[in-house]
Amino acid sequence: MKPSRRDFLKIAGASAAVGLGAVPVMEALAASGGHGTSPKAQVEKWPEGLTATHWAMVVDVRKIESAEQIEAMVEACHTVHNVPLLNEKRHEIKWIWGTHYHNAFPSQPHEHISEHLHHILFPVMCNHCQNPPCVRACPTKATFQRESDGLVLMDFHRCIGCRFCMAACPYGSRSFNFRDPRPFIAETNKKFPTRMKGVVEKCNFCAERLAVGQLPACVEASDGILTFGDLGDPDSEVSQLLKENYSLRRKPNLGTGPSVYYIV
Amino acid sequence: MNDKGKIVAGLVIFLVMVTFPFWYNLGKAAPAPEIVLSAQAKAAGACVLPKAEIKTEHMQLLDVWRDTVVREGQRVYVNAEGKKFDMSLSNTCLDCHSNRKEFCDRCHTYASVDPYCYDCHIEDPKENDQ
Ligand code: HEC
Ligand code: HEC
Ligand code: HEC
Repeated sequence: MKPSRRDFLKIAGASAAVGLGAVPVMEALAASGGHGTSPKAQVEKWPEGLTATHWAMVVDVRKIESAEQIEAMVEACHTVHNVPLLNEKRHEIKWIWGTHYHNAFPSQPHEHISEHLHHILFPVMCNHCQNPPCVRACPTKATFQRESDGLVLMDFHRCIGCRFCMAACPYGSRSFNFRDPRPFIAETNKKFPTRMKGVVEKCNFCAERLAVGQLPACVEASDGILTFGDLGDPDSEVSQLLKENYSLRRKPNLGTGPSVYYIV
Repeated sequence: MNDKGKIVAGLVIFLVMVTFPFWYNLGKAAPAPEIVLSAQAKAAGACVLPKAEIKTEHMQLLDVWRDTVVREGQRVYVNAEGKKFDMSLSNTCLDCHSNRKEFCDRCHTYASVDPYCYDCHIEDPKENDQ
């Protein structure tokens, strides 16, 4: 016998009812079993860790006198993070480096810039933008903006090395590992992982140091040129410095909202 | 035309070759590896999780650790006994299991697992300490 439309609808309705009946069971199953976390285990932060709502860096350019000062910051950063020293320019990896005014602020140079600004090197690094283009470009969400404090960070475990983020970053803050970096690390800091061939890397505002209550390595090595703190707190040192002095950000017209400020 | 002999011989050769790996390995099941606990682990007496759990779930635990550290910025793991651990592959697991070669690797070689973690994570945090 050919089933009638009526029979068909009855069976369809009955199976839908059975299906819906299974929903609570599925939910119970899903709730019961995350892997790897015992029910009673917990995660937390170190009590001494530094927290903020918006981490920012203020560079007091007036205090910069020599290239050695910048070199000290680079050295401090690259040593704690196992950044390799590759002399060939196109393989270079850098988290923080020194650059001239016309490169740091390309829309503003003119012939009559002050002697001081003309001569010194500006420390530049990832700007930890409030509106980061690299995060939008990343197809795997390996680069993300941490909600709690605005840091733009990388999950190296997810980086597939597509380099879209490098194309998206207007500051050249990202480097790609064209080679295995390990042979080019003079002295390995065993507390921090290296990277491997095929991933991108950049400054992380020392997220791993903030977590244990230390300031970024470059700030500690900067002789007071760099100040680091919470822009979300109106009484913090960075907020006070910006309130009292005229400051610049790099390429502000792009709308990225850098968190690194330069007092000139 | 009668190629019965050739066909049967061919079939026998085929069967022998297909089943070769099975009877070649007969009775030679690789013994489970002996894993060695480091002096430090012995002194500590207990792992992050109870033995049965860490044995079967350490990969998931490490996965949770790396996501929690990297993406959520929380770095402390408090286990069911209330003991605190820095959630770190090199600085915690390999600090206590300081003999990776006789511990992790032996078991992994046996199970034919080759984690790529050590391309980045320091595999010998204890050696050549400066
Ligand atoms: C404080 C020291 C310590 C730390 C830290 C530690 N373990 Fe252990 N681990 C032990 C001890 C002790 C045992 C043996 C437990 C037993 O026999 O009851 C063990 C057992 C194990 C086993 C099971 C071995 C077997 O016999 O089958 C694995 C797997 C393991 N640990 C992996 C890890 C991983 C992965 C980490 C990091 C997440 C880690 N351990 C962190 C001390 C430690
Ligand atoms: C008792 C044997 C045993 C010991 C000891 C052991 N492992 Fe494992 N491990 C395994 C097995 C089996 C797997 C594969 C599980 C799977 O594929 O589902 C594995 C998988 C892993 C993975 C995931 C690998 C991947 O490619 O996904 C990591 C990471 C890992 N182990 C780390 C460790 C570390 C670190 C230690 C030492 C502290 C250790 N293991 C000790 C048996 C062991
Ligand atoms: C491309 C390099 C790279 C690879 C490959 C890699 N990691 Fe990581 N991992 C990192 C970096 C960088 C961090 C961040 C360290 C920090 O912030 O302290 C990290 C952090 C972690 C952390 C938390 C912090 C710590 O010190 O351990 C865990 C756990 C971890 N990874 C586990 C793994 C496991 C398991 C594997 C292999 C299955 C792996 N990682 C492979 C680079 C890598």
